[in-house]
Amino acid sequence: MDQLTHLLEGFSVALTPINLLWLVIGAVLGTAVGVLPGLGSAMAVALLLPVTFSLDPTGAFIMFASIYFGGLFGDSTAGILLNTPGNSSAIATTFEGHRMAKDGRAAKALGTSAMGAFLGGMIATTLVVFFAPYLVRLATMFGPAEYFALAAFAFVAISSVVAESVLRGLLALSIGLALAMVGIDGPSGAARFTLGLPQLFDGISIIVITVGLLALGEVLHVASRIHRDGAVTRVSAGGSPFLNWREFRKAFPAFLRGTSFGVPFGVIPVGGSEVPTFLAYGTEKRLAQRRGDTDFGGRGAIQGVAAPEAAGNATAGTAMGALLALGLPTSATAAMMIAAFQQYGMQPGPLLFERSADLVWPLLASLFVGLVILLIINLPFAAVWAKLLLVPKHYLYAGITLFAMLGVYAIASAEMDLWLVLGIGLLGFLMRRFSIPLAPVLIAAILGPLAETELRRALAVSEGDLGILVGSPITIALYSLMAVAIAFTLFQGLHARAAKRRALVDSVR
Amino acid sequence: MKKRIISIVVGVLTIGVFTAAAMDASASGSTASARSKLTIMAPAAPGGGWDGFGREAQQGLRRAGIVNNAQVINVPGAGGTIGLSKLVQMDGRDDMLMVTGAVMIGASVLSKTSESLADTTPIARLADDYSVLVVPAASPYNTMAEFVEAWQKAPGAHSIAGGSLGSIDHLLSGLLGRTVGITPSAVNYVAYSGGGEVLASMLSNTAAAGISGYNEFRDQIEAGTLRALGISSPERLDGVPVPTFIESGIDVQMSNWRGYVAPPGIADDARDEMVAIITELHQTDEWADTLRRNNWTDSFQVGDEFDAFLEEETTRVSDLIRELGL
Repeated sequence: MDQLTHLLEGFSVALTPINLLWLVIGAVLGTAVGVLPGLGSAMAVALLLPVTFSLDPTGAFIMFASIYFGGLFGDSTAGILLNTPGNSSAIATTFEGHRMAKDGRAAKALGTSAMGAFLGGMIATTLVVFFAPYLVRLATMFGPAEYFALAAFAFVAISSVVAESVLRGLLALSIGLALAMVGIDGPSGAARFTLGLPQLFDGISIIVITVGLLALGEVLHVASRIHRDGAVTRVSAGGSPFLNWREFRKAFPAFLRGTSFGVPFGVIPVGGSEVPTFLAYGTEKRLAQRRGDTDFGGRGAIQGVAAPEAAGNATAGTAMGALLALGLPTSATAAMMIAAFQQYGMQPGPLLFERSADLVWPLLASLFVGLVILLIINLPFAAVWAKLLLVPKHYLYAGITLFAMLGVYAIASAEMDLWLVLGIGLLGFLMRRFSIPLAPVLIAAILGPLAETELRRALAVSEGDLGILVGSPITIALYSLMAVAIAFTLFQGLHARAAKRRALVDSVR
Repeated sequence: MKKRIISIVVGVLTIGVFTAAAMDASASGSTASARSKLTIMAPAAPGGGWDGFGREAQQGLRRAGIVNNAQVINVPGAGGTIGLSKLVQMDGRDDMLMVTGAVMIGASVLSKTSESLADTTPIARLADDYSVLVVPAASPYNTMAEFVEAWQKAPGAHSIAGGSLGSIDHLLSGLLGRTVGITPSAVNYVAYSGGGEVLASMLSNTAAAGISGYNEFRDQIEAGTLRALGISSPERLDGVPVPTFIESGIDVQMSNWRGYVAPPGIADDARDEMVAIITELHQTDEWADTLRRNNWTDSFQVGDEFDAFLEEETTRVSDLIRELGL
């Protein structure tokens, strides 16, 4: 157990008072930027990079590590309370989380999400410490054909559960694909749907789509109904963020399921934590249907918060492993941190553990300490955040609009993004008005480009030979799983219809 | 109770306003002399290569006391051409510098925007780095000559992974192809969004070869997970055990240079002042440290020399892009 001795040495460095101070500062900052819509931990790291040059490397890394996880703790807060997730990693948590908030269990939802983020991160980081060399092998097994299979699999696994009506679901999917297509096409360099505007060449940021569709769309929707819904039932902001034993027993398996989705995704660069969070959400929804759990999709189920949140942070945890052991940045924040490491003469990659052991182990140790501190900060804060719901609606939603616009402007200081977010917000309002589901839009916007680019890359490498798509055990396994899932859904559908018919016949008799 | 809510709201607002203020260090203000207040525009998102380059210069200028107040603003988008067109509109502003580099020439030719680097006031070229051609450890090719021989026989079967279309990596693949007798448009180039993804494609043995900046692959090369066949520098670099393309008999050199340009229409003495500021920066210990930390090659050029370089590069890149069929 060489790793254990190293790790303990790491703890002894990380737990000095001054390093703990950096850790706490990083945790608070990370949580704060995470809460604000549009601002993520990548930006926080980028802005703090020049500041940390005056720190010693250990202190700087420790601070980065806590910002990194802090952003993930904070990002679901606004989503749960106000249905306005600020980052794409929090979309999946929002669905059930906001339902729980509406049901008067806001503090509980926030507590669950903090617990999920903690457990997911903890398990993933432990795996990284002991099994990094094996985990990174997964990354070397994924080529474009495997990514395409994965994207196709995720499409099937997620889409079928998030839309109730097939027609409306497909409509939402095509809106998402159209939005994602805007911009210069990577493989060919052709401009698509850019109207000749250079501002659209880089495409529409997923943050703009998320904030517009979910945050502004919600604001417009609430505003349009303000005098129609009559006496609005007051959302209760009370409640304890801590789970009781019964709730914990419900949530715990979901935490683990979420983590198991998140862990492998951190190692393979498929665009961060959106895919695993959605997969985790989809699984919970399916399981709830099977159990006949009506809370899910109604009052809000604790599992629906627990699983995606754990998946998100588990992804972040193993992404750190891929970053350190392989030098492979699997998310925007990870890419930022590579730049930061290099500034200190620490080159993430195969030689890191030999060459910079004195920096790596304190960093890994501080990830653990950081998670504990974040949990301590976030659990009591859950109750405070929940009080935000006591602010009168008109002030609250005006505030959301302000922050949403500020956050979107902060991405690129581009005026164009503000017009885009307004337009997409209007779209979100209309979609709510005609009950077209929003989730498929986001799924399509995330998975669509992934599937397209990887398919074209696979075919470019194979010179057009379609055989490459089913040329490896991973692709075959994924397609088989997909076929089973489709067959199962069809069977279930037929079964349910038959049961309904029998019931009808019975009632006629 | 009510008081508490108000304090929460005020708290949240304060955080928001401060963050926003920090994000958008506004470019507005009077046109004071560049010595008292200098704004550096990084035409890329925070965290990108150009952003890092701008912030390094900002730190150097501040610490050495060359400029009283230096700020960095980010104007990302379309390979830097959004920033370029903003700069061109700032006609006559003499307290403004923009980070530029090899990538911007390609991007502005590609995006067919009306503004180009020729519309700006060139100030200086400061630092270069070079690209390497690598193959995965499991690849059958051990030297550039072996790779080229197989490549010439079947260009399509030897896909080359690199950065986005029009990037230095892409241009280099075309230039290498042309020099060894492969039509640039026949090069099977697979575009990725950056060095990290190119690395992933190498580790999974997806593409036959990959091109990226040497710094991004340095450790992988040392550890033996990637094999470097050639580097695009004009001669061997200190501490870089990789043969140049020229050594292997392929007359290709290309540098990923970085430098500064100023808005058009500024007075001659304002331009000279900016050149003096960057020259002073170049002489500081801080800058020497920056070059060392980032493993950049010093390529300081100002005045007519830099003007001529820019012109030459623009012609070369435009020709290449046409030949690549973009």
